[in-house]
Amino acid sequence: MAKIATLAHLDLTPEEIDRFTGQLAQILEYAECLQEVDTSGISDTWRSPTDRASLRPDEPRATLTNEQAVGNAPVPAVRGLFRVPKVIGS
Amino acid sequence: MTDQDWTVTNLRRAIAQRDIAAKTVCETFLDRAEAAQDQLNVFTVILREEALAQATEIDEHLDEWRDRPLLGVPVTIKDVLCTQGAATTGASRILAGFDPPYDATVVTRLREAGAVIIGKTNCDEFAMGSSTEHSAYGATRNPWNVERVPGGSSGGAAAAVAARLAPVSIGSDTGGSIRQPAAFCGIVGLKPTYGRVSRYGLLAFASSLDQIGPMTLTVADAAAVFQCLACQDPQDATTVSRPVDDIATALPGNADGTRIGVPRSILDGQSGVDDEARQAFETSLSTLEQLGAKVIDIELPHLQYAIPAYYLVAPAEASSNLARYDGVRYGFRAPNDTGDDGLDAMYNRTRDLGFGSEVKRRIMLGTYALSAGYYDAYYRKAQQIRSLIAADYEQAFAQVDVVAMPTTPAPAFRVGEKVDDPLTMYLGDIFTVSANLTGLPAINLPGGLTRDRLPLGFQLMARPFDEATLLSVGDAYEREAPWWRERPSGL
Repeated sequence: MAKIATLAHLDLTPEEIDRFTGQLAQILEYAECLQEVDTSGISDTWRSPTDRASLRPDEPRATLTNEQAVGNAPVPAVRGLFRVPKVIGS
Repeated sequence: MTDQDWTVTNLRRAIAQRDIAAKTVCETFLDRAEAAQDQLNVFTVILREEALAQATEIDEHLDEWRDRPLLGVPVTIKDVLCTQGAATTGASRILAGFDPPYDATVVTRLREAGAVIIGKTNCDEFAMGSSTEHSAYGATRNPWNVERVPGGSSGGAAAAVAARLAPVSIGSDTGGSIRQPAAFCGIVGLKPTYGRVSRYGLLAFASSLDQIGPMTLTVADAAAVFQCLACQDPQDATTVSRPVDDIATALPGNADGTRIGVPRSILDGQSGVDDEARQAFETSLSTLEQLGAKVIDIELPHLQYAIPAYYLVAPAEASSNLARYDGVRYGFRAPNDTGDDGLDAMYNRTRDLGFGSEVKRRIMLGTYALSAGYYDAYYRKAQQIRSLIAADYEQAFAQVDVVAMPTTPAPAFRVGEKVDDPLTMYLGDIFTVSANLTGLPAINLPGGLTRDRLPLGFQLMARPFDEATLLSVGDAYEREAPWWRERPSGL
């Protein structure tokens, strides 16, 4: 469970790990019934009802301004750049 | 025109003819919305000033607006859809204060259609839940009984229409999130075919399952709003080029000769349908038979596996989609973060504090299902089952025009009853998730009331892109069984 939490980028508390361990075990046990279905030769790629050729022309067009793109940053942007904790030389 | 007749169709006509001002309509609904907020907690934000400004614009320039299909109609938007100038949070702490720099395509289309957006509605966080209890804004209550949940995840949207706080709400449906709350609140809820309505500007939960649709009092209203929403959108590559049906030609509806498939074995098996829900379902089928429909038993042998398949596929996609919430570009970053312990520690702390328990549970489940060593047994297997379920429906639709099921096995449950028991909560989605796994269109119709006056839902599903048949049969049913005219006591 701790390994999964690391993969999921979640800093879970010991209490959360304990609770999720039980609940996930219960859900996965329930999902075991899928194993009784013979799926040999069955596609694992769901074919949606949508057609395949819904591509738009690849043409340049207006996008967000830098001000709009960084406007919602939780720590105010500096010179139009997002700020994050130090990652180099730490 | 009495308040009871304030449907989309009637409102737009009255406003166009200047029988009533758009501003008067808007103010009436805003006043109700504000008055109900303490008791029901329907809205995450009420947009009084913006709504009144738009309604006034319509009144003052009526000649320019008159032909719009939703002229002056007040609409609520679920808080998972981006609205420029109004916070959009997905009812999550991790997006607190997010002010989108653009509108979702459906929001743009509603504005162009003359609708007036009066507020954003509460939901389960990132649309994950069946009760609207998992929200950073607190639980929404069911207008029919405030001790009960309104369903979820579009619980605020459903409660708004049921309590007559708005004639139209826009919801999203990934595993039943439009239809189940519509059933619990006694309103109409349409999940269109995958690819028919653009998801551009929807906070993505599970991209192969998500759809957006209308929630209204009547089928005709759902048809009018669906007609505005449906389009091919260059911003969403999953939308289709196929022309949108002219739904107006399907109304007034007709069920004469319609072949209705009923998967009896799942109803009689382990689906847990309670006595009152079963009785209401049989009564609804009889109503359609009286209208000339033919009820046929069908087999959907893999439907019993829909819930486990769904609860592997949806969390897997969610764990990937929600990776973007990391405290860097928008929303919330964990406080007191000095940055001393590096970027990863900031991500992990932000996500643990920013997400609620149901979202974390699903991220964990999805990460597990996709992880090395488990992928084949869980995710791949679930995707194969999905193909089998789709094949079951394809076979069924060779013999029938629609498939009927109850929308839920039972009416709305009590607030708090299932909040710590996720598996029991998931099992209630037995009749709704297969429409998402297959992409098929489905509709909830108000299908009766229990002895305690709690609504029950009647669900119809149809072939891909055959919303017209759903709406036609639904409209015919509604004329015979006008449950929408019932309203919560106290209103």
